[in-house]
Amino acid sequence: MCSEHRDNDGAGKGGMTRRGFMQIMGTGAVGASFTGAAIAAKSRPAPPEKILEATDAVKIRLQINGVDHAVLVEPRWTLLYVLREAIGLTGTKEGCSRGECGACTVLIDDIPRYACMTLAVEAEGRRITTLEGLMTGEELGPVQTAFLEEDAFQCGYCTPGQVMAVEGLLRKTPKPSIDEIQLGVSGNLCRCGAYNHIFRAAQKAAKLKIK
Amino acid sequence: MADDSNVYYTEGLPVPETPDPGKEPAFWEQTDVVGKRTPRVDGYERVSGTAVYPSDLKLPNMIYGAILRCPHPHAKVKKVDARRAKKMPGVRAVITGDSPVAKGLKWKYRSYTGPLFDAHCRFEGEVVAAVAADTHYQAWDAAHAIDVEYDVLPFVADHDKALSDKAPKIHEDGNLAGTDEYERGDIDKGFGEADLVLEQRYETQCELHTPMELHGCVANWDGDRLTIWESSQGVYAVQSDVSEVLGMPLSKVRVVGHYMGGGFGSKLWPGKYTVLAALLAKQSARPVKMILTREETYLCVGNRPANTMRLKAGVKKDGTLTAFDFDCIGPSGAYPGGGTALVDWLVRDLYKCDNVRCKSEDVYINAGVARPFRAPGHPQGSWALEQMMDDLAEQIGMDPIDLRLKNIPAVCQGRGGIPYTSTGLKECIERGADQFGWKDAVKRAKKQNQSDSHIKRGVGMGACVWFVGGGGPPSTVVIKLFRDGSVNLNMGASDIGTGTKTVMALVAAEELGVKPGVIQIEHADTGTTQYATPSGGSKTVPTESPTVRNAAIDIKRQILKMAAEDLDEPAADLDYEGAEIVSKKDKDKRIKITDVSRLKKRGVVVGVGYRGPNPENKSVNPFAAQFCELEVNTKTGEMKVLRFLGAHDSGRVLDRLTYDNQVFGGIVMGIGFGMTEFRQLDVNQTGKLCNRNWHDYKLPTALDVPVDMESLPIEIDDPEANNTGAKGLGEPVTIPTASAIANALYMATGIRFTKAPVNPIEMRRHLSARKEG
Repeated sequence: MCSEHRDNDGAGKGGMTRRGFMQIMGTGAVGASFTGAAIAAKSRPAPPEKILEATDAVKIRLQINGVDHAVLVEPRWTLLYVLREAIGLTGTKEGCSRGECGACTVLIDDIPRYACMTLAVEAEGRRITTLEGLMTGEELGPVQTAFLEEDAFQCGYCTPGQVMAVEGLLRKTPKPSIDEIQLGVSGNLCRCGAYNHIFRAAQKAAKLKIK
Repeated sequence: MADDSNVYYTEGLPVPETPDPGKEPAFWEQTDVVGKRTPRVDGYERVSGTAVYPSDLKLPNMIYGAILRCPHPHAKVKKVDARRAKKMPGVRAVITGDSPVAKGLKWKYRSYTGPLFDAHCRFEGEVVAAVAADTHYQAWDAAHAIDVEYDVLPFVADHDKALSDKAPKIHEDGNLAGTDEYERGDIDKGFGEADLVLEQRYETQCELHTPMELHGCVANWDGDRLTIWESSQGVYAVQSDVSEVLGMPLSKVRVVGHYMGGGFGSKLWPGKYTVLAALLAKQSARPVKMILTREETYLCVGNRPANTMRLKAGVKKDGTLTAFDFDCIGPSGAYPGGGTALVDWLVRDLYKCDNVRCKSEDVYINAGVARPFRAPGHPQGSWALEQMMDDLAEQIGMDPIDLRLKNIPAVCQGRGGIPYTSTGLKECIERGADQFGWKDAVKRAKKQNQSDSHIKRGVGMGACVWFVGGGGPPSTVVIKLFRDGSVNLNMGASDIGTGTKTVMALVAAEELGVKPGVIQIEHADTGTTQYATPSGGSKTVPTESPTVRNAAIDIKRQILKMAAEDLDEPAADLDYEGAEIVSKKDKDKRIKITDVSRLKKRGVVVGVGYRGPNPENKSVNPFAAQFCELEVNTKTGEMKVLRFLGAHDSGRVLDRLTYDNQVFGGIVMGIGFGMTEFRQLDVNQTGKLCNRNWHDYKLPTALDVPVDMESLPIEIDDPEANNTGAKGLGEPVTIPTASAIANALYMATGIRFTKAPVNPIEMRRHLSARKEG
């Protein structure tokens, strides 16, 4: 698994610590808003002012594909659940709900993340990009176009996650080697086994993006 | 409306000749769109996120279902207390075996019929109760708040021990689910004629389908009419099973499955979850979304059974095979599921051998029930047979490829010696070996292995036939031709990711001269599309493509008749040239299809196609050979598959792009079967499943597959198979993969790996054992 996919287990690369998460839970309760930058900053974490029950609803704002959404969520709801069931962005798929398959990969501040391993409250203040966010109106983005042309999918269910993993890879590494591509999508399972076409699509997408 | 330039690709190109009424169409000698590399017609939906899979569906007022399942491999439910659950926030329906709606409902596992809620739970994951609540989370909270008292019973989870006297009886009649015996010739005589007889035991592990989209559905009632959106390989199969369980007319059960996220056999039928969703929806008077968790998909929606096999083979010095004697045992699971189905088919049919005996014992164990899994039985049988072939070849000093070529059968021996409509087995092996550079690769590997390097190299191959793959009736397809020439294709078949919609659009386009892109497809909906059997058995392309062609020909015949009125010529004297109808006698006499009076007046012409019968007393089968090269790090046990080549005879290639994708995908799945995947039951202590997620049950990832993969179609004209000449592909692509790997591992290490999968731990264990002598 490549480091970009190791969600929520470290403060590096804008990742989030367990403590930071506790903090957001506390601040959510009193209605204060922390920015993502503030969370990433290595300030000494204060103890939470209040611990919420899992079922207490919290109002949060999520910035998804450039649009602000105010949503009422339970603190235990994952970003994946909120995207799909509350907001209706079903391009992001659910495959395992436990960070194994990558079907739910979205970009958070340009880095591929598993939405099933990210609580919605953690994502407040972050820039969330989903598959739908790669479109310009009804035009496919370059990675999507490359996937279509290279037939880089079969059933299509892991595809949104694969596309987002490649998008994240290319934002960081515009001209990836084949090894970097394999590593870049290694956190995304494809049971149909369309990996070889995915590699080709990633190569083509890199070219399309540079054009 | 579209104008002609947007609709037709032909512009003067003839489309295939329209056969006279009652006559079969001629075989396509050349094609304009079929066989090219065409991206999928539904690719946009799949990459943009607009494709709505059943998991994505959200209906007004929809609530969420969850199922409480038995945590024991064998237990009796004594008492279910759902009082706490019913009072929990958001809960709108709770169903247990005591609920009036569930009383008397039955569930079938092939030949076995039992209650839908069976107090005798014979496997971990059996249904105990179901809940529906406003959110998915509330449904799970409530399911966990149901109190169940169980009598935990002794279990058997090891299929090799299922028939022992000590094993607890899972069913009253014992644990033997069925036996199958086959014999031809005289094996004693055969072994007597052999210069070399080898015998070996082989084992393969239980493999789980785990398609990316979880099993599940959305169920909704409108009065007495039920609609189910199911992630399914066959909507008509779901309709049939659900209507049977609920005692409803077929007409009142509509099943829709436009998109589905993979099945591999595990979604050929509905599950109990489908019926539970319908019952919960009825009780709550709301649509219910019931999507299983990943863990549930490991427990109760099918698997490829583990098999223990013994193969004894006799061969003469010149490579003539004289006898095969094959035994096999495998578990159906807790109910009939085909524990040994087709495991012996390759032994019966792949290579010429006059004396063959096969015996299979299908047994019950306390574990989830098997379902067909991509080429049921075949990868297991291949694991045994193809390794045995290599061993025989080595010991008689023959190249393994030459031994196989020596034993190419002229007829289908497994079906009593009837001919194949076509067989490309020889070409797959010969041309595949050539393209792969077999001889050079063997030399290279042997040279490397003589060096001191701890990195050893091997090449290996395996060949196969697939049991069926010719498709057949029934199937009905309807094509609508609109007055601007654009086309709507209506078929019941599911596109399970293999590209069915795309391939069928290409067939219609080829026949009608329209661009594939202007063909709108309606499919997989029992309410609005035509009858089709589930997509499985590598039969969708050979079943549906001739049916689509027939529907297109029906359109052409009707248009010719209509144009005959406009042109005042008999229809038989007219040619269908894509955009125009032209007189055979006077090329100046022509009319644009969009100008045909009756088409303009009617607005649409409907063509109906039916799937005709398969040829009598002939067998339609795809064949293949796969080749691989790999390296083994003998210090760490790590293995790296360097490249793979799949040479496949599946008749005519209809879309080269989706074809290659299928070949590569099958190889990837075969790498999983051979190197990474196994279900681990805690056979000695609890009987429970130990690895119930993708973390503990490892699928091949992008890092486990070779970048260098090649697909070599062996296209052999097969006009007898059906009118498009296409045979199935989806299953043969995964049959010989693991055995090719095993043969390559043998060349690299000198170790015969008879137990699949061979992961680095297994490799290390063998290397250490050899070192210790």
